[in-house]
Amino acid sequence: MDLFEHATPASNAPEFTVSEISGAVKTMIEGEFGHVRIRGEVGRVSRPRSGHMYLDLKDDRSVISGIIWKGRADALPQLPEEGMEVVATGKLTTFPGQSKYQIIIEDIAPAGAGALMAMLEKRKALLQAEGLFEATHKQPLPFLPDIIGVVTSPSGAVIRDILHRLRDRFPRKVLVWPVAVQGAKCAAEVAAAIRGFNALTPGGALPRPDLLIVARGGGSLEDLWGFNEEIVARAAFDSNIPLISAVGHETDTTLIDFVSDRRAPTPTAAAEMAVPVRMDLFAALDNQGARISRAVTQGLGLRQQRVRDLARALPQSDALLQGPRQRLDYLGERLPAALNAAAAKKRVQLANAALRPAVLQRGIAEQRRRLDTLGARLDPALQRRVADAGAKLAGQRLIPPDLTRKRERLDDWLQRLSDRAARQQDQRRARLAQLDRVRETLGYKETLKRGYAVVRAVGAVVTTAQGVKDAAQVEIEFADGRVTV
Amino acid sequence: MAETPVEEMTFEDAIRELEQVVGKLERGDVALDDSIALYERGAALKKRCETKLSEAEEKVAKITVGPDGQAAGTAPLDP
Repeated sequence: MDLFEHATPASNAPEFTVSEISGAVKTMIEGEFGHVRIRGEVGRVSRPRSGHMYLDLKDDRSVISGIIWKGRADALPQLPEEGMEVVATGKLTTFPGQSKYQIIIEDIAPAGAGALMAMLEKRKALLQAEGLFEATHKQPLPFLPDIIGVVTSPSGAVIRDILHRLRDRFPRKVLVWPVAVQGAKCAAEVAAAIRGFNALTPGGALPRPDLLIVARGGGSLEDLWGFNEEIVARAAFDSNIPLISAVGHETDTTLIDFVSDRRAPTPTAAAEMAVPVRMDLFAALDNQGARISRAVTQGLGLRQQRVRDLARALPQSDALLQGPRQRLDYLGERLPAALNAAAAKKRVQLANAALRPAVLQRGIAEQRRRLDTLGARLDPALQRRVADAGAKLAGQRLIPPDLTRKRERLDDWLQRLSDRAARQQDQRRARLAQLDRVRETLGYKETLKRGYAVVRAVGAVVTTAQGVKDAAQVEIEFADGRVTV
Repeated sequence: MAETPVEEMTFEDAIRELEQVVGKLERGDVALDDSIALYERGAALKKRCETKLSEAEEKVAKITVGPDGQAAGTAPLDP
């Protein structure tokens, strides 16, 4: 039954303006979806200068726009990144200007540990590709740092553990840079602390540490998340001060652990890496001291022993001198005889000479006297020399080097003596020969050869014709004989 | 022998050289005069090491951060 006539299409329906309907939709959506949780993958993310964050949430079929207002975005412990599986909490609203609906996100968090791990892997791959994990970038830790900078919470067990272990091993100066070790501020503060320590000047009012420890106790993956942030990893990589990371328990590995110069499984272990044990060093030092003393004493002992051994191996001085002394005696005995023999030889030579002018004989006699004198003096002189040399030898307890020299000098004397005698002999002989030649020329016999003749009568030379007339018989001497006439 | 004065050496350098000195002396192939010089060097190095070891001072301070985020000073660390 038709009680009402059919309304003509769009005839009496109320007409909305665009703004009216937009407002109605907005009111309805906001009322219906005032608080929703949406799980999805983060799509495109943008954050203009306004500081608000715009992102898309999507699954395999649909997309919804999202906004995080600046104030919320700053407070988020973990900003969403593209590709991240997240759960966003907030309210739906519309943006009438573009006929768009969207979610105002109050809170957004990775959807479980799996999502976080996936993101961590992604960052790791990125930094690894950049070479931040390369072993060549690792700095060696100082053997004994003077000042240790610790980046951690000033309260809590971690700093206590580190200080306690340092005190046990080797008390050092420690500068603690207080930071939040979890929550939204954690990453920024830790990065600022690492850079802040590096900015200090060595030896300044605030001395620059020569070793850094970044430490945090164990916690959930979310608690440790600040140490997985890229800014922390980059600050640790940029640190010129060698850095030990000790975040969480041994099984927890955070991004900073890959970049740090050493990774300690616990904060206590970091303290052990930082300093050696003082008492061990004392013991080692004492050991070195003992070894050095022993080595020096031993070195001296060995040398003394060597000197003693060598002294024993030295031959007795008497034995050394016996041979040379005997030779001296022998030569000393032979020397006068040799002189006499030499003199005798000269005498024979002189005797053999054709002429013996008295001058020559005087000379020879003089030489003989000198020889005799010298011969007589030689003996005692030689003995004196021998005695001197012997005394010197005995004094030195070694063969004096001048023994041979003295003998050579003796030989030399002797040689010079005989040389001189021989030379004088030769000179005299030459003079004799010369005189003889003069005598020969002055004599008449040479004249005979030139045709002259000597006429003798009764043995006397006749030099006048009257003499020949007077003589009964004369004898004429020619060069080749005499004729009696 | 190293040119660094012993008084300026780090503990690590000093003990490393001390070990070398000990090794040389123990091998016994050093001339007597040199060995005496080495012994004196060793004694100086040992003294340097002992000084560094006795400088074991514990001092703990907390950095206070200024408004610019840089270190402004230190304060005692209260647990």
